[in-house]
Amino acid sequence: MKMIIRGGRVLDPASGRDETADVYIRDGLVSGPFKADKTTRVIDASGKIVAPGLVDMHVHLREPGYEAKETIATGAAAAVRGGFTGVACMPNTDPVADNRFIIEFIKKRAAEADMVNVYPVGAVTKGSRGGEMAELADMRDAGAVAFSDDGWPVMDAGVMRRALQYCKMLGAVIISHCEDKNLAAGGVMHEGYYSTILGLKGIPASAEEVMVARDIILAAETGCPVHIAHVSTAGSVALVREAKKKGLPVTAEAAPHHFTLTDRAVAEYNTAAKVNPPLRGEADVQAVREGLADGTVEVIATDHAPHTVEEKNVEFDLAPFGLVGLETAVGLVWTELVHTGILTPLQAVAKLSLHPARLLGIDRGTLAEGGAADITVIDPELEETVDPQHFAGKGRNTPFAGRKLKGLPVMTIVAGKVKYER
Amino acid sequence: MGGGILILFKHKDLLGLKDITAAEINFLLDTAVPMKEIISRPIKKVPTLRGRTVVNLFYENSTRTRGSFELAAKHLSADSINISSSSSSVAKGESLYDTARTIQSLGADVVILRHPMAGAAQLLAGTVEAAVINAGDGAHEHPTQALLDLFTVRERRGEIAGLRVLIVGDILHSRVARSDIWGFTKMGAEVRVCGPPTLVPPGLEETGARVYYNLEEALVDVDVVIMLRIQKERQQQGLFPGLREYARLYGLNRERLALARKDALVMHPGPVNRGVEIASDIADGPAAVIEEQVTNGVAVRMALLYLLTGGGDRHENDY
Amino acid sequence: MPNLKEKARIIDKDGIRRALTRIAHEIIERNKGTEDLVLIGIRRRGVPLARRLAEKIRAIEGSRVPVGILDITLYRDDLSTLSHQPVVRQTEVNFPIKGKKVILVDDVLFTGRTIRAALDAVIDLGRPRNIQLAALIDRGHRELPIRADYVGKNVPTSRRESVAVHLEETDGVDEVVIMEKT
Repeated sequence: MKMIIRGGRVLDPASGRDETADVYIRDGLVSGPFKADKTTRVIDASGKIVAPGLVDMHVHLREPGYEAKETIATGAAAAVRGGFTGVACMPNTDPVADNRFIIEFIKKRAAEADMVNVYPVGAVTKGSRGGEMAELADMRDAGAVAFSDDGWPVMDAGVMRRALQYCKMLGAVIISHCEDKNLAAGGVMHEGYYSTILGLKGIPASAEEVMVARDIILAAETGCPVHIAHVSTAGSVALVREAKKKGLPVTAEAAPHHFTLTDRAVAEYNTAAKVNPPLRGEADVQAVREGLADGTVEVIATDHAPHTVEEKNVEFDLAPFGLVGLETAVGLVWTELVHTGILTPLQAVAKLSLHPARLLGIDRGTLAEGGAADITVIDPELEETVDPQHFAGKGRNTPFAGRKLKGLPVMTIVAGKVKYER
Repeated sequence: MGGGILILFKHKDLLGLKDITAAEINFLLDTAVPMKEIISRPIKKVPTLRGRTVVNLFYENSTRTRGSFELAAKHLSADSINISSSSSSVAKGESLYDTARTIQSLGADVVILRHPMAGAAQLLAGTVEAAVINAGDGAHEHPTQALLDLFTVRERRGEIAGLRVLIVGDILHSRVARSDIWGFTKMGAEVRVCGPPTLVPPGLEETGARVYYNLEEALVDVDVVIMLRIQKERQQQGLFPGLREYARLYGLNRERLALARKDALVMHPGPVNRGVEIASDIADGPAAVIEEQVTNGVAVRMALLYLLTGGGDRHENDY
Repeated sequence: MPNLKEKARIIDKDGIRRALTRIAHEIIERNKGTEDLVLIGIRRRGVPLARRLAEKIRAIEGSRVPVGILDITLYRDDLSTLSHQPVVRQTEVNFPIKGKKVILVDDVLFTGRTIRAALDAVIDLGRPRNIQLAALIDRGHRELPIRADYVGKNVPTSRRESVAVHLEETDGVDEVVIMEKT
């Protein structure tokens, strides 16, 4: 199995490489140059970007337990259609991925799907109930790449502190969904003008920021890295920026919806725009963009959260949080950040591949010779209007339906095999 | 006459006053005037909506609003049925969407929805062909209450533009406050709101309302005072310390009312917590128009039922 | 609305005045005076006609006859067939009609459906002793068994034509014209 991707703009953030070149693939690995023969597939990539395979470090694949929303197979199909060669899946399944058997099950199902690299994230506490610590080392050995109680944040600071101390020993990162449940207090959208006129319960920015501050303090004290999931407020970005300035082991990610949409998208009670953390105000969106631009936020992750049509077609209060992101992420990054000059293509690729790979400790995110040939080809000029009916994943819950995107993945290669091609 | 038909109220549903124009509100109130005359007759019935079906779908208890809508439908000779959460599959966990499909199959012309969650009326309106009237959805809007408030003020004062209207109490949870803010602002009144900071939501200034935390300051020179009902459960939620202190800070009494204009009207969507938000002598005094509001509510709802079932063209004498 | 063109002017200002004077005399004669008599004009043009008749009756008999206004919109039988319903205006009958002799006044008597609606509307206001009908013009083409007790002028028309009564109070001029569809 040989392949040559010819004449593309090769972007490899690990080496800072940004040049027009050919990329050679042999036996599933990136190789040195060779002559094409009859068995070599030659792909013309002129005018396109050739990047290390993209890694989404924050998705919900729903299996086991919620197969009506998504399965590992459908989630993997959505991932490759979105240009991703790897996804880290959150543990809020049923049962919760809080032990090695679930981690092994996920790995097994991913291998059966044979589509995309799946990196399970284990729960921090048993059942993600915020109390007893889960068997973190056991899960790590089974293949868990990080730990998180994601949607059920660890409210007890003592529990969080001990989990961080323990993770330091493992050298694993804790991904923290920062939300003070007392401040959020049953809110369903950002607290502001729109929550007021819609009569919906608001989630104040402080609900996120209080927890970001707490986790930064705990990271400083324990020396264990904390990764702040989906920052959504200007205050969170500022806190992370300060922490980094001090050299603390704190990193952060932002989701495309948080650098694209404001709480205005919720008007008309659009449950597809109900997400946690919620879509915030204009100043917050600007701050997230600035954080991405200045490197405060080094990862872009989708928080892909599929739900069924039935679950979302209910009163706003009753609809589950979450939106699907895998199949719109690259288009949004290019449309909103690259074509607008906020990020260079190299920076964008870094936030979508190298940075998340490093954080998770996986040997991906680079085009270096000898590495796995996980490669994403992006056409920066290709335009398409988002139509959820064309999604490969099961979820249709996107607030971006009908939005025009420019800059889309056109080929996804995993371990030297073309898994998606348009 | 002669030219095109001027359509003055053209909406499938009435979900709130936010998206209704001042001209439409005026037309609705104009239509309520002849409806009020009908209520004053010994035989309070006209055959207008004979053969039409009105469904009252109530997911919350509401003796007043439901009674008012029922009466309005009956005065217009419509057939009305009541579906309430205790008596229907609503209690069995049937979703609003499923209930909507059922109502669609029943062939209802108008559905009146009261629901504890904001946006429920919009969800229903998108599912059924029938006209949907929002009779209160969570903390979102309660447009017919605001319309009857507007009708009452217009009837008493002749004009709404230029008046100062103060809304006092739990603005955060009040759908009446939101509808009143839109309605009175659109009609050219200056709207003030007043309540403890824990019960005043953010961003209200963007609607055009002015926010006060001190009732005495807020009352100066107002023409209309709308007092909202304070729910005891808000105390349990820790939003204010107690009814006694609330009454001391935000209760309307004789001394405070003296700060408003001499001819100020006192309104309340009911039911009144006497001695909490309003002192008894004010509730029964000459400034209070609380009972008028109830009568006007029927007239306004009749007008709305008429207009939403097709009324409202300026189309005369071709009969 | 179809385009209409004026075909003929059949009654002028004086003609309307004379017709109303005659009707006023007939009303007094038929009812043997004005006792228990009330006039109710049907919106729109029945209203000024009723007021004029009341004025003439006062000039003849010296007694005031109360005048009410009836809006029959809510009683129309074609509401469900119209795509939109017309503007409702107020009915203003500020006197009891129980036991009264009610003279309904309208400008043109045509199919009879307006009068059918008006009869229902009046009866909902109370139980009069009797109801009589005065119309300035009767143009025929009845669809219901209704006839006028007092008629200003019978005007045979075709269905293609329409009769327009213009009055000072509503139109700035007193005249009756026949219009034809173009």
